[in-house]
Amino acid sequence: MTTTDDQSVGMDYLESFPRRFLRIYLPLGLIIFFLLFPFYWMAIATFKPDAEMYDYEKYNPFWIVHPTFEHIKKLFFDTDYPLWMWNTVIVSVSSTFISLFASVCAAYAIERLRYKGSRYVGLAIFLGYLVPPSILFIPLAATVFQLGLFDGNLALILTYPTFLIPFCTWLLMGYFRTIPYELEECALIDGATRIQILTKITLPLSLPGVISAGIFAFTLSWNEFIYALTFISSSENKTIPVGAITELVNGDVYHWGALMAAALTGSVPVVILYSFFVEYYVSAMTGAVKE
Amino acid sequence: MAVMAEPVVVPARRSSLWSRAFESRNFLGAMFMVPAIAILILFLAYPLALGLWLGMTDTKIGGVGRFIGFGNFVSLAKDSVFWLSVFNTIFYTVAASIVKFAIGLYLALLLNERLPFKSMVRAIVLLPFVVPTVLSAIAFWWIYDSQFSIISWVLLKAGLITRYIDFLGDPWNARWSVVAANIWRGVPFVAITLLAGLQTISPSLYEAANLDGATNLQRFRHITLPMLSPIIAVVMTFSVLMTFTDFQLIYTITRGGPINATHLMATLSFQRAITGGNLGEGAAISNAMIPFLVAAILLSFFGLQRSRWQQGGRD
Repeated sequence: MTTTDDQSVGMDYLESFPRRFLRIYLPLGLIIFFLLFPFYWMAIATFKPDAEMYDYEKYNPFWIVHPTFEHIKKLFFDTDYPLWMWNTVIVSVSSTFISLFASVCAAYAIERLRYKGSRYVGLAIFLGYLVPPSILFIPLAATVFQLGLFDGNLALILTYPTFLIPFCTWLLMGYFRTIPYELEECALIDGATRIQILTKITLPLSLPGVISAGIFAFTLSWNEFIYALTFISSSENKTIPVGAITELVNGDVYHWGALMAAALTGSVPVVILYSFFVEYYVSAMTGAVKE
Repeated sequence: MAVMAEPVVVPARRSSLWSRAFESRNFLGAMFMVPAIAILILFLAYPLALGLWLGMTDTKIGGVGRFIGFGNFVSLAKDSVFWLSVFNTIFYTVAASIVKFAIGLYLALLLNERLPFKSMVRAIVLLPFVVPTVLSAIAFWWIYDSQFSIISWVLLKAGLITRYIDFLGDPWNARWSVVAANIWRGVPFVAITLLAGLQTISPSLYEAANLDGATNLQRFRHITLPMLSPIIAVVMTFSVLMTFTDFQLIYTITRGGPINATHLMATLSFQRAITGGNLGEGAAISNAMIPFLVAAILLSFFGLQRSRWQQGGRD
């Protein structure tokens, strides 16, 4: 991404601070408040004792008087939450690695081997990216059932690549395209095989692309909902989003504290990962759109 | 001699065939494609075709269906809940997409200014898109609670309303509430991708416009917008696609209620197929989304794409 922000400012210095405040900082602040408020609300409800949560007259709802770990304790020890967390980790990591492997091979073949018809295959894979999970989940449920994968981690590990592979392949094709052909030609002349070229030249040079694709694929798998909701039925096999929605609500009794604790603790791992790889994440997101 | 030489020659010939195969681009290309193609055919192409077929059968969960042609569509055409879900889906998509585009573009322009802690601000802005949708939707669910809504509490304290707003109990309140949640989730995506587009616009264009005495509005209208329109087309196509097929937000916040007022086609197909067990009917509802999706893609993509050659650019 080319950043031109330093030159694009022009005559900014002529603008007085109050004017600039009204024009930029105030609207920006309002939008950021709107975007962050639900997180604040989630976090505060997680550590709020029930007495304060349901009494707005005696306690100011915006603050906690006596913070408590009661909800988190309940979530971790009285529910299957640790299992959901474990399932989510297993499913996200496995499907990300499967997708990365398949996508690296496919993108290399399409972009560099340029076999007969590779353009059309590339286009077909991109079209696969446009197929939304919400029109696919019903027949996919039937397929998963036929294959005997229903209600197990494998059902998710094998179906998540259907939306990860098209995305990763498309992104990696863009990265592979930027590597000069000459490097590969030199290696071919020196007697390297195609697999050596891929693992020793192309992959190391496009490492940022592979990391971007991996981070983005991991967050997409962590966030996935409709397949996990449809293909998994027993509590101990659920992922965090599905478990939180289906198991923490008993009829009309909502365990708001535990629900919020699940929402917060389920989001934190993704946010931590994201915070380390913001640039990679953004380049994956914008790269897929720009191509 | 010939007999003795044979064992030497044959393996040599075989290995050369093998290695020649590995040098052939077509053979090697096919080998490299196997993992991706196998998964995509088994879990994407086959189910897609199966879905088209299921929509024309009366399959129930655990049973074998009978081919009934367009029977599902005929009965859906008389189903008022189905038409309500079509209306809701279109309303949800149009309302949310317009606002997401407006706020997203505005936010992108603000972020393109010189700001302190710019990259941190950008990272924070993207958070709603990164966090699992269902989990943030749970927070919205609590924000919209009928008794403990913080919005109602603040408005009540400010004296703007006299009693708590029933966000999710009234059809139109519920529709606007889920639209607001969708906007919240979608704005970061639109803003950050448009920002990436803004950063590729050459500053010399703005300098030239400045010398010609262009106002801020003119610069936006005649430089920013035309330069940005190809990326706007792609971003909005993706955004419309994601909004039209949304499932998670509705399922978490309202489950389609009150009285089906927020059912989208995706949530209705889940309810009929998985909760109700009528796989065939659910698949028919899913299939009914396909023409809308294709139309939305063509409309937003080509409709906006056209302005590129109108401006004298390529394509």
